[in-house]
Amino acid sequence: MVEWTDFERATIQSIFSKMDYDDVGPAALSRCLVVYPWTQRYFGNFGNLYNATVTAGNPMVAAHGKTVLRGLDRAVKNLDDIKATYAELSVLHSEKLHVDPDNFRLLADCLTIVVAARMGADFTADVQGAFQKFLAVVVSSLGRQYH
Amino acid sequence: MSLTAKDKSVVKAFWGKISGKADVIGAEALGRMLTAYPQTKTYFSHWADLSPGSAPVKKHGTVIMGAIGNAVGVIDDLVGGLSALSDLHAFKLRVDPGNFKILSHNILVTLAIHFPGDFTPEVHIAVDKFLAALSAALADKYR
Repeated sequence: MVEWTDFERATIQSIFSKMDYDDVGPAALSRCLVVYPWTQRYFGNFGNLYNATVTAGNPMVAAHGKTVLRGLDRAVKNLDDIKATYAELSVLHSEKLHVDPDNFRLLADCLTIVVAARMGADFTADVQGAFQKFLAVVVSSLGRQYH
Repeated sequence: MSLTAKDKSVVKAFWGKISGKADVIGAEALGRMLTAYPQTKTYFSHWADLSPGSAPVKKHGTVIMGAIGNAVGVIDDLVGGLSALSDLHAFKLRVDPGNFKILSHNILVTLAIHFPGDFTPEVHIAVDKFLAALSAALADKYR
């Protein structure tokens, strides 16, 4: 059971309530596909991903970025039981999608950078700590059902 | 994942843009690391004040970014150019090399905040690769 301080809870809720999921999701996913190109292995049917411009303009990437952020929203709304909330998603990523769980961390890092760039100075060191703790719990939960 | 000619030129161009703010960036990245990754504080128990913006953090941030700036200048031979710093980290400081990745991540976050328009995915990948190559050069003498 993860212990969240009042500051962490408030910070996570605040970040996501102010976030434009349809902007941040696609930006984070396309950045991940560019910065860590081996992640493209999971998106063979997405069409062209051969450079940053094309990836950013790819409609399937954009759509999937939004899907991922909406998935994250479920964790935001269930901070006290992210593990159970993501049990099915974890099974899906392991059994069906066969995603190496290290990739969750790579996407989380890209998401941190996109959110930092959007929030600017409001993304203080303490806010960063809370946000990254949240993502670490998400990443761990998504990897939990792998065997 | 070696640095291509394009990576090197992207890094040099970007460093040119940010060099005026290097001290601020170094201090902030270090402060973020100490806050968001508290285990890194274990290396600085000799400092009176570990809070972001404190004098030792600011001073050390400047030292680190200065060294990274020098590394940009020796980007064609990081292992050779950083040999003395590698000796220092291997034999005297003995910082676990996993922490180089952590600091690198915080440098990237700080760059994204201060240069949101310039820190495009293309620049991000080049700088990430450069910092990884730099970290490897720094760990070269460890064993």
